[in-house]
Amino acid sequence: MTRSVEPSAPPTADPHEEEPNGARATTTVGEPRARVRAIGLNVFYGEKQALFGIDLAIPPNQVTALIGPSGCGKSTFLRCVNRMNDVIPTCRTTGRIELDGADLNSPSIDVVQLRAEVGMVFQRPNPFPKSIYDNVAYGPRIHGLAETRAELDDIVMGSLERAGLLKEVEDRLTEPGTSLSGGQQQRLCIARAIAVKPRVILMDEPCSALDPIATARIEELIDELRESYTIIMVTHSMQQAARISQRTAFFHLGRIIEEGETEQIFTDPHEERTQDYITGRFG
Amino acid sequence: MFLLAALSLAGMTVLAFHVGRRRALSKAGGRWGSLRSLPTQYGYFVALWTALPASIAALAWGTLGQRALPWAAENGLDARIPGLVLLLSTACAGLAWAAAKVEPSFPARESTERIIRILLFLSSGVAILTTIGIVLSLLFEALRFFALVSPVEFFTGLSWSPQTSLRSDQVGSSGAFGAVPVFTGTLLITLVAMSVSIPIGLLAAIYLGEYASPRVRSVVKPLLEILAGVPTVVYGFFAALSVAPMIRRFGESVGLDVSSESALAAGLVMGVMIIPFISSLSDDAIAAVPRAMRDGSLALGATRSETVKKVLLPAALPGIVGAILMAVSRAIGETMIVVMAAGLAARLTANPLSAVTTVTAQIVTLLIGDQEFDSAKTLAAFALGLTLLVLTLGINLIALETVRRFREQYE
Repeated sequence: MTRSVEPSAPPTADPHEEEPNGARATTTVGEPRARVRAIGLNVFYGEKQALFGIDLAIPPNQVTALIGPSGCGKSTFLRCVNRMNDVIPTCRTTGRIELDGADLNSPSIDVVQLRAEVGMVFQRPNPFPKSIYDNVAYGPRIHGLAETRAELDDIVMGSLERAGLLKEVEDRLTEPGTSLSGGQQQRLCIARAIAVKPRVILMDEPCSALDPIATARIEELIDELRESYTIIMVTHSMQQAARISQRTAFFHLGRIIEEGETEQIFTDPHEERTQDYITGRFG
Repeated sequence: MFLLAALSLAGMTVLAFHVGRRRALSKAGGRWGSLRSLPTQYGYFVALWTALPASIAALAWGTLGQRALPWAAENGLDARIPGLVLLLSTACAGLAWAAAKVEPSFPARESTERIIRILLFLSSGVAILTTIGIVLSLLFEALRFFALVSPVEFFTGLSWSPQTSLRSDQVGSSGAFGAVPVFTGTLLITLVAMSVSIPIGLLAAIYLGEYASPRVRSVVKPLLEILAGVPTVVYGFFAALSVAPMIRRFGESVGLDVSSESALAAGLVMGVMIIPFISSLSDDAIAAVPRAMRDGSLALGATRSETVKKVLLPAALPGIVGAILMAVSRAIGETMIVVMAAGLAARLTANPLSAVTTVTAQIVTLLIGDQEFDSAKTLAAFALGLTLLVLTLGINLIALETVRRFREQYE
């Protein structure tokens, strides 16, 4: 199949680098390699501006945590990466956001293809009212990733395996996805997202509707997945951000106050507001 | 006289309210804290006890009191006077009894609420009791019919000509009461109507719910719902005077033999009538699918139409099926359009271009005019009505059950 969003990053051990390098690279020498890059990104909902000149580089194969108080623009930023903001009629975006150097807001980008490259996991598990198998097979089917039933089986089983769910559901693949527990449903949604072989997975507070045990299970999974995917995760839990992310960006009132290595942000923040937020003094 | 009675009862009720309230206040010696309920609640209690027994007495007088009329006439009395006296004396008795109960320790709020609860229960019972009454009256008349005509003939006979003679020497004295052609007529018209309204209604619902901009939606949706408010007799004109001749001319121009009253004309117009029904209910069912399902599908790279086909419609299917079944029972019971546009010939045919008759149209023709309610001809109407009622009740039950299952899914 043809992919309209071509990667132009230097070759790595990344499993998605089988496509030839594109010539559209905008990354200049000296800048760190970024899978997703925002340059002066503004987002408006009608008259209200939600994001102000966001500059952020998200390196591949790492977990980047977006933290900040409610309404600070974290989720808005997340939804720019797969253009889910298009669903909101009043939403308008200016500035630039890139996936491997390709401008995501350019008219040549096919949103359908983009969303196959950038998967998303939502706050509340949202399996379709279909069987477990059909939930995972949904993406591969609409994108025509499998020609035969055997290929589709491979994709579905592989995705369930990677999401750490296969053992639990092996003998009940025809049961509805909604019959699973909350944590299992969320892992099903992760399996559903990775079944279309995305490069980036966006997670919008993926554990906020789950109990601590299910949360631990998902965190473990996220840590494993970063070997193959680039993960951007919105979270309200400082501990979670500290535990599983390599980089952290602190959003406040639609601006990035500080971003960098997670360890540095949590142990030695440069900004006082970051310090205040992570120690729970505001937000 | 009726006006006088109603006005005096209303006046007494207002008075009773004040009596109850004042009495509670004076018994409490101005200290509200010693009352178990608020002063107004004592007022409501006395008012209800004044109005309700008196209303019941008045209703009883209205239905049973006529028996006293001859006696009143003999004694040169206005028969309406005892009624008024009865009303007012019951109201006074109620007022006095309730006012006597007003004590600071009396739980007026609880008593009032109990009365209100009984009233609410009775209101909900009215519809159910009426339905039972309708079924029973239909049942008894239908039984009389089945005493004259065997049920086997009625349910399996292929010939319908409900003409019975008044005198035994008249020609054609034995009518034929095989209801099959009548029911197939209903079935044929319902099929035509559904094949118009299901696709159009469903597509309209999908457009309005998923594609239309808020501005278009705010104009089109109310317009569609206005369509539901057009009186069916107006649809009947439209079917008989515009659509049927049009179909006939069209049929002639392509060499088809179309009768001037056809199942097609009636069915098409009935289908149009049912569109808002299906589109509105299906739209609700699609809108009830959680936002998260749409987002989940779109975020996987599904297009809008893929999302509609593969996620929204399957998830909303039980609701849509419920909507369709309710529309079917509506089509089966629809009368005006078929009376005006479908014809009266009971013909066993599957050809939508010919005139057919339906159960409802037959009931109307059987009962119109001066009729004795003891001939098989008129009684046949009740048998038809009963069968129709059982049919639509069954369909509605299935529809409600499917909708109920659907509701459980996301709770």
